Formats: sequence, structure tokens, C-alpha cells
Amino acid sequence: MNRSMISKGLLIALPMLALGACSSTTDADAEAAAKLQAEQAAAAAKKAAEDAVQTDTIQAIALTAEEKLVEQYTSAILETTINFEFDKSVISPKYATILDAHAKYLVNNTDKSITVEGHADELGTPEYNIALGERRGLAVSTYLENMGVSASQITVVSYGEEKPVNLGHNEAARAENRRAELVY
Amino acid sequence: MFVRLISLIILIAASSNASARLEILITEGVNSARPIAVVPFKWLGKGNKPQNFSEIVAADLQRSGKFSPLSIEKMPKTPSNSKDIDYSAWTELGVEAIVMGEVKPDTTAGKYIVTFELLDVLTGNVNMPNFDPVMDKRRSTISTSQLRQYAHRISDIVYEKLTGERGAFLTRIAYVAIDRNSSHPYQLRISDYDGEGEKLVLRSKQPIMSPSWSPDGRKLAYVSFEKRRSQVYIQDLYTQKRELMTSFPKINGSPTWSPDGTQLALVLSKDGQPEIYTFNIKTKALKRLTNNRVIDTEPSWTPDGKSIIFSSERGGRPQIYQVSLATGKAKRLTWEGEINLGGTMTPDGDNLVLVSRHNGNYMIAVQDLESGELRTLTKTQLDESPSIAPNGSMIIYSTVYQGKQGLALVSMDGRFKANIPANNGEVKSPAWSPFLQ
Repeated sequence: MNRSMISKGLLIALPMLALGACSSTTDADAEAAAKLQAEQAAAAAKKAAEDAVQTDTIQAIALTAEEKLVEQYTSAILETTINFEFDKSVISPKYATILDAHAKYLVNNTDKSITVEGHADELGTPEYNIALGERRGLAVSTYLENMGVSASQITVVSYGEEKPVNLGHNEAARAENRRAELVY
Repeated sequence: MFVRLISLIILIAASSNASARLEILITEGVNSARPIAVVPFKWLGKGNKPQNFSEIVAADLQRSGKFSPLSIEKMPKTPSNSKDIDYSAWTELGVEAIVMGEVKPDTTAGKYIVTFELLDVLTGNVNMPNFDPVMDKRRSTISTSQLRQYAHRISDIVYEKLTGERGAFLTRIAYVAIDRNSSHPYQLRISDYDGEGEKLVLRSKQPIMSPSWSPDGRKLAYVSFEKRRSQVYIQDLYTQKRELMTSFPKINGSPTWSPDGTQLALVLSKDGQPEIYTFNIKTKALKRLTNNRVIDTEPSWTPDGKSIIFSSERGGRPQIYQVSLATGKAKRLTWEGEINLGGTMTPDGDNLVLVSRHNGNYMIAVQDLESGELRTLTKTQLDESPSIAPNGSMIIYSTVYQGKQGLALVSMDGRFKANIPANNGEVKSPAWSPFLQ
């Protein structure tokens, strides 16, 4: 509804209200005055209550578990996948910050343990890929141990080509599937 | 985030019907196969015939790559008894042999009397006294549930009579299926060799690998990750009883049953690198066969049970080696190809079936052990896990077909191929059973 339509509506409604007011009787005047007084008293009481001070609790600003970890170990601690080149188990230097963060966490929390899952792409036989997946898992395990993590905190499990993250049969899928995953 | 819920692993050793059915498609024909006629068996009862014997027998014989069954439209007649044969008409078509038969209901409900005959067309055409064209003739009472198996039995008899070699049509395959829509996606299933009659034997939330048949066909050895680590189990297919074999730290893999059924060859990496061991099923005694700083894996027994074939990186890239159980000495068997993996000796001990990588493609190949000549049998890119029929006539393997992992058959000469696409999920790691009777 636009503005001109609203004003037309009001032009009709206002005279109707005026007619209604004229029809009230004098007998009812005293009663109406008493009612008005009571209403005014109630409104005053309400206003007083509103003007009084009030208190309430608030939620404390707490960090999430992840945020606390990030604060201490950098955002690299949230990364848990290390990818590998075809048929290789050498850890690329770009994953150092991720592994260093996890190593620091495990050194600080000796009650925590980690499973390193080694995975391979679909190329080559399933049995060979189990061996290759383990080689990748062990490469990650060795890195963590060299950073001071106790061997007793690390378990290596190779799933070979059995648990791909990408079900495709192309090179992009294979590159994603050649990986080690850190699982707490 | 740091606690991953380890979901409850429910393993169901069931034998209920799985919903999937495998189907064989012929992808490549053969010109030189021997012409044979498998005439539709005559149904002597009322209503629909209980099983299409001739269709099953013809498909079996065709898949072996050795026979070319005549299509029904080309048959001059469809006799069901050797007394009614006009041999000259069949000789003109070049047909070597005729399989025919009759099926009639038994007096006991749910049973049938099946008769079949195998005829030598050449002998019949010559029609000389003392030379009977009937090469085999049998009559059996078969219950409804056994009809399909009996059709494979007929194929076995025909195959053996005509080639002198035992037929392997009444055999089964075990394989791993992955149905990602299921609550237990990793499944161990068994079907007839042709993909029919599929049954579920185990399902798990975690991977299952490397099924291997016991020589008596009663049990399977396999790897299960149900405890979030690899372990080798044996499962009795009839009682469903499971028995844990090995659960060492790191790899417990690739179990393969010895020909005498007393031992498993397997891979353990508990002492460092993956190494080949033998494991006595009864005494649990372990014997280490390899010892070096590289990967040794994929053991398989030679048919005489005296040595083990395996893959090793000791020469750089993986190649196939053979180690003698008596002397512990290993020798290299493969020299051609970038990489060779997954080697198994054929039942006659003459050839090695393996996965060979050429130009980055993984293909099934066969190497003549005497000449060393390597022939690739498949042309696809991702072929692996070859398993040989117990008579050495065919190989089943896993491949990627229409974007999905599935099984395929290839005849030992490489001339006949058939895909067995899975209807639900992906299928891999096939293992051909031994002879089952």
C-alpha cells in the first residue's frame, strides 16, 4: 500500500471516531473518570519499575578448543593431511609447519597419542600399496620422533589404496589419495 | 575435534543373498574357437521349463575361449536324443560336437530328471560299426536349487571330454565389494565363477582385503581392518566360524594358503620392512623367508608347495622373484617391463601370471617361465589382482570399467575377454576357488 492510499484511509476513519465520541452519556462520566484514574496509577507504577536499575548475567568470552590450540600451536595444528608424490614417501618441506605443530602438541601432551594412517593411490597392486602406505606413515612417524615425540605415542596403520578420499580414476584424484592422515 | 569417535564395528558373518548380481558381457570374440552346438534341452513337463541348461552350458564353453557355440537360429534341427540325429546336416555347418538333453519332472515334487548326451559329429557322420558317436551320456535327479550348478557340471564334463583338461565351471570366486551406501560398506562376497548366485559372507565398516581360498574350498583367509589395524583371519564358509591368525604391529597382509592346507604365506612388517613369512595354522609357528631393507610382498605358492613367488624392490623397482623354502635362496623371474607385481604360477608350473606396467599402464600379462617371453593379455590401464582358474584356462582380475572398479575374465591365451560389472558398488580383489568337488 502506498502513502496516498494510507492518507485516503485516514480521511474516512477520523470522522467515524468523532461520531462515536459524541454518542457517550453523562451518567457514565464518573465511572469513566474513576477508570482513567486507576489506569494512570498503574501506568505510573509500571514506569517506576522500568526506571529502577536492573542486572543480568552475560556469557563469558571463551575460546573454542580449536581456538585455544591455534593460539598455542598456530593454525597448522588444524591441518591433518600430508600429501605425497607418485610412488614416493618423502615429506615435502611445505608440510614442516603442520608436522612441527603436531609434534609440539604431542611433546607437551605425553598422555595423548596419534595414529598416522598411510594411504596410496590406485596405481599398482593393493598389496604393494599397503607397503607403500606404510612407508608414508613411517616417514611421518620418523619426522615426529625426530621432533621429540615419543615412539610410544605414535601408531602407524597403512590402508594402502583401500580408503581413497577421492573416488575418481584420474590424476587429480590420485594426487589427493596419496597421503598420510594424522588421527588423534 | 581431537577425539574421533571410533564407531562400533559390527561384523556380520552372514550368508544372506546380497542384492547385487554380476553379469558377464562379451567384449571380444574369438575366430579360432572350436564350433560346437548346444541344443536347447527339451522340457517334457508342463508350464515353463525350470532352467535354461543350454544357455548356461553355451556361455560357459564360450567364455573358456576354446569353443564357439552355434546360435540356435543356425541349427538345422533341435534334437534332444541321439537317435534322431542327421549328422550330415551338422557336418556341413562344421560343428564338431553336439550337446543335447531332456528335462522332465520327477515324481517327487521340486525334483527333475535331467539327461544329456555329448555327440562326436565326425564319428556319427562316418557311421562305422564299433565307433559310437556318443562320447558321454548321463541321467541325474536334480532338485530345483541345484539345477544351475548341474548345468555347470555338464559344461565341465563336455569341456573335459573335448579338451582332455578338467573343466572349472563348477567353481566359485570370492571378492571384496565396496558399497558406499551401506552402513557396512566393505563386504566379502562369494558367487559362482560367472557372477551368479552371489552371497555375502562378511561385512564391515573398515576395509577387507586379500581373500584366499583353502585348498579344500571350505575356508577363506583374508585381511580385516575391523580393529583399525590389519589382522589376518580365517573364516569357515559353512560354519561362519572366524579365527584370528596374526595381529602383529604394523602390516599383517596378503595371506595365501599353501597347497597342502597347513600353512599360510603372508607379509609382516613387525621387524621393519614388509617381509615374507610362512605361518603354520595349527602351531602358529612363523618362519621368515626374506630379509632386506626394501619391500617384499605378494607371496604365492608354487603348485608343488616347495617355493614361494613374491614381489620385491631389491633390484630397484618391483619385480617378481622366487624363493625356495628348502634353501631360502631367491632368484629373479621377471626382466621385461618397467614394473612387475602380483605374480602367480599357473597350475602346470609352466607360466607366470602377473601385473605388468608398460608406459604407465597396469596390464595382466603371462610369462613363459622357460623362454622368459612376456605376453600382455589385457589392454586396459588399471588391471590388477589376477587369479587363475584351477584348471589354468582363465584368469579373473580387477579392472576399471565405465569409471568403476569391477571384475573381468580373460582366457589364458588372451583371445577372449568378458567384463563382470558390479550392479551395486565397486568390486575388487577376486580369488578363484579350487575345484569344489
